[in-house]
Amino acid sequence: MLSYDTRVLVVMVVFSLVIFYMSKTKWKQVGAVFNMIMIFLLLNIIAVFIFSPYQGVKIYGSRTDLFHIIGPYTMTAEQLFYEGNMILKYFTIIPAALMFFVTTDPSEFAASLNKVGIHYNIGYAIAIALRYIPDVQGDFTKIKHAQEARGIEMSGKASLISRIKNVAAIIFPLIFSSMSRIDTISNAMELRGFGKHKKRTWYYARPLKRNDYLTIGVVVIFAIIGLFITFHNGSRFYNPF
Amino acid sequence: MEPIIEFKEYTFKYRSQVEPSLRDINLKIYPGEKVLIVGPSGSGKSTLSNCINGLVPFSFPGDSSGSLTIDGKDPKQLGIFGMSKIVGTVLQDTDGQFIGLTVAEDIAFALENDMMSQEKMHAKVEEVAEIVDVKNLLNHAPSELSGGQKQRVSMAGVLVDDVKILLFDEPLANLDPATGKRAIDMIDKIQKNRDTTIIIIEHRLEDVLYRDVDRIVVINEGQIIADMEPDELLSTNVLKEQGIREPLYISALKHAGCNLTKDTKPQHIENMKLDTYEEQVRTWYDSAKREIPKVREESVLRIENLDFSYTEEKPILQDINFDIKKGEMLSIVGKNGAGKSTLSNLICGFYKPQQGKIYLHNQDISLLSIKERGEKIGLVMQNPNQMICKPLIYDEVALGLKVKGVPEQEIKERVYQTLKICGLYQFRNWPISALSFGQKKRVTIASILVMNPEIIILDEPTAGQDYKHYTEIMEFLKEINLRLGITIIMITHDMHLMLEYTDRAVVIADGKLIADDTPSAILTNEEIANKAYLKKTSLYDLAIRCGIEQSSEFVDRFIYYEKKIRSNSKKEMVLDYV
Repeated sequence: MLSYDTRVLVVMVVFSLVIFYMSKTKWKQVGAVFNMIMIFLLLNIIAVFIFSPYQGVKIYGSRTDLFHIIGPYTMTAEQLFYEGNMILKYFTIIPAALMFFVTTDPSEFAASLNKVGIHYNIGYAIAIALRYIPDVQGDFTKIKHAQEARGIEMSGKASLISRIKNVAAIIFPLIFSSMSRIDTISNAMELRGFGKHKKRTWYYARPLKRNDYLTIGVVVIFAIIGLFITFHNGSRFYNPF
Repeated sequence: MEPIIEFKEYTFKYRSQVEPSLRDINLKIYPGEKVLIVGPSGSGKSTLSNCINGLVPFSFPGDSSGSLTIDGKDPKQLGIFGMSKIVGTVLQDTDGQFIGLTVAEDIAFALENDMMSQEKMHAKVEEVAEIVDVKNLLNHAPSELSGGQKQRVSMAGVLVDDVKILLFDEPLANLDPATGKRAIDMIDKIQKNRDTTIIIIEHRLEDVLYRDVDRIVVINEGQIIADMEPDELLSTNVLKEQGIREPLYISALKHAGCNLTKDTKPQHIENMKLDTYEEQVRTWYDSAKREIPKVREESVLRIENLDFSYTEEKPILQDINFDIKKGEMLSIVGKNGAGKSTLSNLICGFYKPQQGKIYLHNQDISLLSIKERGEKIGLVMQNPNQMICKPLIYDEVALGLKVKGVPEQEIKERVYQTLKICGLYQFRNWPISALSFGQKKRVTIASILVMNPEIIILDEPTAGQDYKHYTEIMEFLKEINLRLGITIIMITHDMHLMLEYTDRAVVIADGKLIADDTPSAILTNEEIANKAYLKKTSLYDLAIRCGIEQSSEFVDRFIYYEKKIRSNSKKEMVLDYV
């Protein structure tokens, strides 16, 4: 988490990709999310350069100008190296995050959250949100269509301002129909004893097995090594300059 | 035997209301009984059920007097969780009460909350899933289930608690007729096999009576009007007086002047003793007239060879052909998920067909946008809350015109005129939130009507409405159909609506159009009814059993007879809703 040490990051990226490959996650499942993340990554590195073009210089304590861009902006090797590390860091996390989305069953996730001491209200809130996302999506499409048929244009043909205004024509009905949904759900939950006890059990809870303990062990060792390298070097950054 | 539910001089008033919703209720229900509770909307029947399952007073607080004991205990002391161990409630909304991400989890929900161990829980879920026949669906998500399956999962979800009382709140509201029949059958089996006390709240009386019930309790204005065996109740006029629809064969027998008695067992048409009535029914049939069908020539909407599918393997609609004439009232019927709504989505242009053409006045509309089609073809959604987006009635109705850029003065004129037609003029400055469901429905119809469409498509216009509101909405639609000449298409699985208010019905089953005929012909045709999950009308059985071969003609004459009765009393009705 802490380290910006290029050597550590490279090792982690490699590990991350190997695990991702082993998980047999299909590109189709994660492609859209990956592209979104790429857009954010791009925005992120550009924003860092715009707001803090000499962050690298500050960190590594030297300045190697490469070329001048405009006004106060000069590209330095340090900045390039720093932002390169950022990208690496993104890539250590992305495969793991994508794998988490694809392979984790929301019900099991809710059960596990409860197991590590988080109140089941929170776990269930997440599970039930996931349960109703498709329903609300369905409502949204239906409402949008009906309003479009009334002449309330939502497509690219309308100007941006009128489109924003028109969104209200979907949002209000959506909120009202969702509110009545919430009423039904909370009555249904109460009628079946939700919140009766401080704890509850889970149909899909899984006990931790040997491999789970092994995984936790490896994660802890990794964290210790990471921390050790960081403190040993006395800095979160690896300085080649 | 001690009653399992006993109301004594019970009165209840919601905190937010001035008048009590239940007054001096005295009711005893015995273990193992199956009781049907009927009453128009706002009669207090939902309040009564909420008292039984503990939502009153725990979720809906208020003041009560008199006493209520359930299984020998006072619900107030047990609390809502204690009550849930005795009374299992299956709510009306099959989607809303599906809590789990999968079938198994939903069934297990109550057990999870009870901290049952996982091993026991899995066994119990299997056992109960077997009873309601969803065992092969345990890993399915709710989106993969039909309405009927969801309802059975909900039944399983309360059966896991080994409850003594099962309470069904309008179990038929969201189901097509054949699925509804299956649900009633399932409830019957549960009662017989487990000796559970069953309480069903429903206004579709005829459909519930598909299987025996022990008693029917009629409620109106917070009071019990009648508490009788079905055979006895059907021999009286109580139902009609309370605004509840009688089974159609009962109405027909009464029209024929038959004096029904309870020893003829009128509960089921199949085994009712009809010998004393047959002659009267035949005489009535011979003298009754039918409506002369209007010949309509001008085509307003024609659909040719329409194909649609989301994926290539699974066609949703295949080779659909039909022609709607100007001024018709037409119903599109078929089982849930057969493709009825897809068809209306294609007509409105929300989806594009893979093949085929839709013609409006003989002009191909495939190139028109949703908005352009919307000016000619208005769509009214099932739930008015899904359409209303302005706080005031005037603004809501004016919205479409404003967006279109019509001058302010013209908007005002047109909106006022439409509100007058819809009987909403005196409410024009009211907030919509103050209106009843039926009035809101009328606002949504007004907001479409104001655009001067030629065709209005309504999705389940009367779902969940009691007989009075059903008649109100349908008479209103008939009026705009007659007065303004607007063609009306209704997507429905209400067989009564189809029979009474449409000239023609298009039947869709498994993506194909299997019939296009008069409703009376369709609902007396066993093969079509079965294929499309419709229910043959009980008038058919009555006609056949009385030796009348032309059952469809019998149905037509019956409908016309009822229409005349309605138009005689209509003047009062119009005054009623202005």
